[in-house]
Amino acid sequence: MAKKFKNKTLAWLDYRLPIFSVLKEALVDHPTPRNLNYWWNFGSLAGITLIIMIVSGLMLSMHYVAHVDLAFDSVEHIMRDVNYGWLIRYIHSVGASMFFLIVYIHISRGLYYGSYKSPREVLWWLGIIIFLLMIASAFLGYTLPWGQMSFWGATVITNLFSAIPLVGDSIVTWLWGGFSVDNPTLNRFYSLHFLIPFVIVGIVFLHIVALHKFGSNNPTGIDITLKEESIPFHPYYTIKDLFGLGVFFIIFGIFVFFLPNSLGHPDNYIPADPLVTPEHIVPEWYFLPFYAILRAIPFKLLGVLAMLGSILILFALPWLDTCKVRSCRFRPIYKQFYWIFIVNFFILGWVGSKVPEGHYLIISRICTGYYFIHFLIILPLLGFFEKTLPVPANIFKEHNKKK
Amino acid sequence: MINKNKISNLKKERRSFLKLTTFSVAAIGSSFAVWPFIDSMNPSADVLAQGIKEFDLSNIEEGSSKTVKWRGKPVFIKHRTKNEIEEARNVKLSELKDPQKDEDRVLKPEWLIVVGVCSHLGCIPSGQKVSDAKGDFNGWFCPCHGSHYDSSGRVRKGPAPRNLEVPKYKFIDTNKIKLG
Amino acid sequence: MIRNFFFIILTIFFLTPNLFGEEKAVLKKQEWDFQGIFGRYDKPTLQRGLQIYQEVCSACHGMKRLRFRELKDLGFTQEQIKQYAETFEITDGPNDLGEMFTRPGEPSDAFVSPYKNKEEAKAAFGGAYPLDLSLLTKSMKNGPDYIYSLLTGYEDEPPKGFELPEGLYYNPYHDGNVIGMPPPLYDEAIEYIDGTNASLHQLSYDIVNFLNWTAEPELEKRKSLGIKVILFLLVLTALLYVTMKEIWSRIKK
Repeated sequence: MAKKFKNKTLAWLDYRLPIFSVLKEALVDHPTPRNLNYWWNFGSLAGITLIIMIVSGLMLSMHYVAHVDLAFDSVEHIMRDVNYGWLIRYIHSVGASMFFLIVYIHISRGLYYGSYKSPREVLWWLGIIIFLLMIASAFLGYTLPWGQMSFWGATVITNLFSAIPLVGDSIVTWLWGGFSVDNPTLNRFYSLHFLIPFVIVGIVFLHIVALHKFGSNNPTGIDITLKEESIPFHPYYTIKDLFGLGVFFIIFGIFVFFLPNSLGHPDNYIPADPLVTPEHIVPEWYFLPFYAILRAIPFKLLGVLAMLGSILILFALPWLDTCKVRSCRFRPIYKQFYWIFIVNFFILGWVGSKVPEGHYLIISRICTGYYFIHFLIILPLLGFFEKTLPVPANIFKEHNKKK
Repeated sequence: MINKNKISNLKKERRSFLKLTTFSVAAIGSSFAVWPFIDSMNPSADVLAQGIKEFDLSNIEEGSSKTVKWRGKPVFIKHRTKNEIEEARNVKLSELKDPQKDEDRVLKPEWLIVVGVCSHLGCIPSGQKVSDAKGDFNGWFCPCHGSHYDSSGRVRKGPAPRNLEVPKYKFIDTNKIKLG
Repeated sequence: MIRNFFFIILTIFFLTPNLFGEEKAVLKKQEWDFQGIFGRYDKPTLQRGLQIYQEVCSACHGMKRLRFRELKDLGFTQEQIKQYAETFEITDGPNDLGEMFTRPGEPSDAFVSPYKNKEEAKAAFGGAYPLDLSLLTKSMKNGPDYIYSLLTGYEDEPPKGFELPEGLYYNPYHDGNVIGMPPPLYDEAIEYIDGTNASLHQLSYDIVNFLNWTAEPELEKRKSLGIKVILFLLVLTALLYVTMKEIWSRIKK
């Protein structure tokens, strides 16, 4: 421990400002379970995507104008005149989709391997907070191009707050800074959209601190007790994360260069018109499941509560899941329910993109019901009734058994 | 034993070569990836396209001058009197800080066209209006740090290192110029 | 088992977009030059498209995001562009007297819209206004195919039992099967400068190409850069994979 760095300057500086040893501890020496699979790549991918979003967003903000008369034109100015403006804007808009894709996979991994269970509850909470901030940021950012979907998306979502009894309307007026979504709204949305990513960076930092306290969970879900079960983060997981990053960039690149608008909605290339609502308002794909839950319930306030509840319920997940075994590998019944839950979530997303009438409405109600049943009934009961498979003493035992 | 060592050495070499290649390719890629972000801060296509502008000189009387805006900067258009032209032409080049003949700074002697930005630190010299201070050399005077320019826009005194810049322009008509 | 079930359900849902939906007129899909990874614009096609816009569309529709200087992408020279721009009258100002004035267009100017603003257009067309065409193909689903289908989809006689409101036209591709715009293109609607036979198909095909270019002028640059980037990433990722295998081989058992 005496000498952490051979380089004298570095050692001098680190003695006075120990950021280098902290970084070394986190990114180089950190003992990590040796059996992590590729699903564990998505955490670092999310972190890098966050940085890409901040950098591309910063460049866009140098050309964007947050004014109702100029916002749409300034985005087109970026697309047509600014050097590589089209590239930076597509990186940012496709990047938003990619960020959510990665985070959804990251969350699904946590659900499958029980990463939310004791002692990682706070780590899980911080993750949900990041997810909530991402939702806010994505929504605010989608308003900025001031196209038809921007405007009407902003109108519909801000109107959700009017469901609050007594003060709802005053809150909506306060959010708007006027009597409709207009210039003051656009200005504050821009300001907040700029702020939130940096708040996310702060929470990500805490997320990592909490992660390193007990170390990563692993596919077996068992606690790492032996020294040989761990390997240093560098070079093993740095190189694995870099390889994952390469694969991710290829997919990202295919969308940016060849399908840049496939994930967005064409209506957003029509400038906002407060007098004409598009025929069919849908949010971006990553909000569709929650949008379906909102529309499944015929009462405004209940719908809003259900939508909020569908995310907030994740905070209680560490206690709703009463089973002591973490990983799905040793939970044969939960594994079935896990996949049913995922399918149910996809169906919710699919009905979210449809007009809520007839069959679609019935499907969305069944799926919304099941979403909550999964958390509130199935998970608590499974802990009592499920017969889990024998859990190995360490990760090597599990490895041998597989062979 | 020797054989084994050889193999492990070969392996080590292979490994370090592989790492070096991968690292270099990644480094090259990242440096290319940075360029679009830097380039996005350079003047955009519409800014570059607006570089050319036409101005009518017909209503500027002899002895007076006019300031026009071009590329976000003031351009001084001075309709010089015979006196002013002579004054500018009679200066010895050796007296100048930034030696330049008046003939090289104008297309037509009666029209002096310069960018009105002091070559010191970018302030706008006074001297365009009749009431303005014109400095010791009957041209322009920069109030920021006291540089004096003559009737050809050449620096004669003060901290400014260079003469007022002559922009690219041409006469498209007897009384019309095109800047840029 | 359960995973198969998962994929079957997903396939059903995502491959049948209109599981319970009503039938809409099937778009007439075309082979566009600009489609696909190697998609490029064909310059003669774009030039013919510009001619159609100029002689037909521009009577009612604006193209305000397009600047004359951008026509160099269509293969015109600077001099040609300058001359073309000068045929337009641009309102500029205010001048020294505080008045607006008109001057001939310059390459840096944008195309002039036929109406000063939306309100004027609305007044001229009885409420419905002709859209600005700059971003048209991007602003609708399957834009190019849709616009092609719409332009070639007018029917003289609406089907029996369909009541066509006064002053509207029957077009099964438009919402509600009726449209306010009279059929803008027909065989020999214009005479092409380059002598191409101006059939309805040719006209519609050319104008859609032109409109896609005005909506996505960066398309060629984007795709050619994309190919380079993806190829580079494939090499880099392969190298990273090999390096990863090499590094991990140290500890595997």
